[in-house]
Amino acid sequence: MSLPLSSALMISPHRIGAMVLRYLYLLRSSWSRVLELIYWPAVQLLVWGFLQFYIAQNSGFFARAGGVFIGAVMMWDILFRGQLGFSISFLEEMWSRNLANLMISPLRPIEFVMALMVMSVVRLAIGMVPVSLLAIAFFGFNIYGLGLAFAVFFMNLILTSWSVGLVVSGLVMRNGMGAESLAWTMMFLIMPVICVYYPVSVLPHWLQWVAWSLPPTYVFEGMRALILEQQFRADLMVAAFALNAAYFAVAVAIFLALLRSARRIGSLLQSGE
Amino acid sequence: MLVLESRAEMRRRDVSSLDEWDAVALAFAEPVAPRAFGRRTRAGPCARRPAASHLTFMAAVEPAVAVENLVKVYNTTRAVDGISFALEPGSVTGLLGGNGAGKTTTIAMVLGLVMPTSGSARVLGADMSRQSHKVLQRMNFESPYVDMPHRLTVRQNLAVFGRLYAVPDLAARIAQIADELSLTEFLDRPTGKLSAGQKTRVALAKALINAPEVLLLDEPTASLDPDTADWVRTRLERYRAERGTTVLLASHNMAEVERLCDRVIIMKLGRIEDDDTPSQLLARYGRDTLEEVFLDVARGRGEAAREAAQ
Repeated sequence: MSLPLSSALMISPHRIGAMVLRYLYLLRSSWSRVLELIYWPAVQLLVWGFLQFYIAQNSGFFARAGGVFIGAVMMWDILFRGQLGFSISFLEEMWSRNLANLMISPLRPIEFVMALMVMSVVRLAIGMVPVSLLAIAFFGFNIYGLGLAFAVFFMNLILTSWSVGLVVSGLVMRNGMGAESLAWTMMFLIMPVICVYYPVSVLPHWLQWVAWSLPPTYVFEGMRALILEQQFRADLMVAAFALNAAYFAVAVAIFLALLRSARRIGSLLQSGE
Repeated sequence: MLVLESRAEMRRRDVSSLDEWDAVALAFAEPVAPRAFGRRTRAGPCARRPAASHLTFMAAVEPAVAVENLVKVYNTTRAVDGISFALEPGSVTGLLGGNGAGKTTTIAMVLGLVMPTSGSARVLGADMSRQSHKVLQRMNFESPYVDMPHRLTVRQNLAVFGRLYAVPDLAARIAQIADELSLTEFLDRPTGKLSAGQKTRVALAKALINAPEVLLLDEPTASLDPDTADWVRTRLERYRAERGTTVLLASHNMAEVERLCDRVIIMKLGRIEDDDTPSQLLARYGRDTLEEVFLDVARGRGEAAREAAQ
C-alpha cells in the first residue's frame, strides 16, 4: 500500500471486531458450514486411528509408537484447517461479491488480515475441539496431555497456515475465482516434504534441505521426538519460529503487493473468473 | 509496531485530519485554472464554454471531487483517456455514456478501487491513490453489481458496515435509515431472500449508513421496475435535499439523469464528450430529451447537431 507507514500500521480493534462479527453471523446462519468444519477432521481421525490400531497389533514398533499417527493427523489438521479457515473467510467475500464494499470502507488491509486470522482460529476451534475429544474417547490419545509443547506446536503451525492463507487470498483477489482451487490444494503441495507421517531421514538427501526450509517439518519432527523419545526439542521450535517469522513477513508483503496489483488491473471490481 | 486505535480515537482522528487537510489545502492549494472544472479535455466547442457558475464557485470553495487528467489503460485499451472535472459540494452530477464509455472505471478510480495510470482523483482534498484512508469514512458507494452477504440479515449487514464506518449510536441509526427506506419490516430477513427492489434499498441503506458527504452511485436503479426505480429516485432526491450530499451518478437511464442531476458529463470511449446542465445540453444540441442528446453523441452526430442548433 502507498499509505504512510504510521497510518498503514494504525489499526482499529473496532473494525476488526466488525469483520469477526460478520463471519460469526455467517457461521450462525449456516449449520452446514459448521458441520463441514467438524465432519472431515473427525472422519480422518477415525480412519487413521483405527488403521494405527490394526497395524499396532501386528508390529512391535507401531505398538510402541502409539499416538504418533493420531498426533500427526491432528497436527496436520491444525495446519491445513488453519489455512482453510483463513482462505475460506476471505473467499466468503468473493462468493458474496462483497469485496468492493469492504475495500471502499475504512477497513484497512491489515485489519482485514487480522480479522481473517481471528476467524482462522475460531473455525479451527470449532473443528478441532470435538475431534480432540473423539481422540480421547476412541483412542485414549490426549493431545492436551502434551502440555506446553502442544501450545508451541500449535503456534508454529497456525503461523505457517496464515502465511499460506495470505498468499492464497492475495492470488484469488488478484486473479479472480479461477484461482479459488488453490485454497484447497496449496497446502497439499508441501505435504510430502514437511514429513507429516514419516521422519525427514526417509527423504532423499537433497529433498531434506527443502524439508528443513519449511517450518512445519520442525513441528512434526518435534512431535515425534516428544511422543517416541519423551524429549522436547526446543532447538527445533526456535528454528521453526524464526522461519515462520520470516515467511509471515514475506507473505504480508506478497499480499499487499497482490492488492496493489489488483487495484492496478481493476480486479477488485469483479469477483468472477 | 502496531498502534491500537480506539473508536473514540478514530473519531478524534477523523476530525483532526479534517483540520489537517484544510490547513494543507490552504497552504499548498494550487491556483485552480478554469479548465479544472474541465468542461471537457478534448479540443472542441465545449472546451471553450465553461459554465460560469462552476468557475465562480471554484474560486471560493474546494471541490468535493476533483479529477485531473485521469487516465486508465488496461493492457492496450485506454478505458479512461485524460478526463478532468470537479464537483461542487452538494451537487448531483450524472456520468452518462454507453457501455465501455469509462463511467464505472472513473467511479472506481474516484473510490480508490482502481489505481489510475496517470492523473489524479481527489475526494474532499485527499488523493485517492495515496490517501484514501483519510476520507473513506466520509464517503460511500452503491452499485447493483456489488452485493452484500446474502445469508446475513439486513440488520446484521447494516450493523457490520455501521461498525466499519464507526457510526455512533448504531442501533438508532439503523432504525432511522430502515424507516427512511421502508425497510423496517425486512430488518430481520436474510438479505438474499429479498426481491431485487428490496435489495437495492438495502444497498442504498448501506451506502447511507454513515451519512456520507460524497456518494457515488453506479446505475442505482438498473434492473428495477419503473415504480421501484421511481421510489429510489424520490428517496435520493429527498436525501440530497436534506443532507446536501455531493452525488456522482453513473447511469444509462436518461430520465433518471434528467430528473436527479444538476449537471451531466457525457462520456464516450473514455473521454468527456460534453459537460453541462441538462437544460444547456438540450439547448446546445437542439433536442427535447437527454436521450436524443445521448444518441447524437453515441452515434458521432454530436458536432453536427450542435452546429445545426446554433
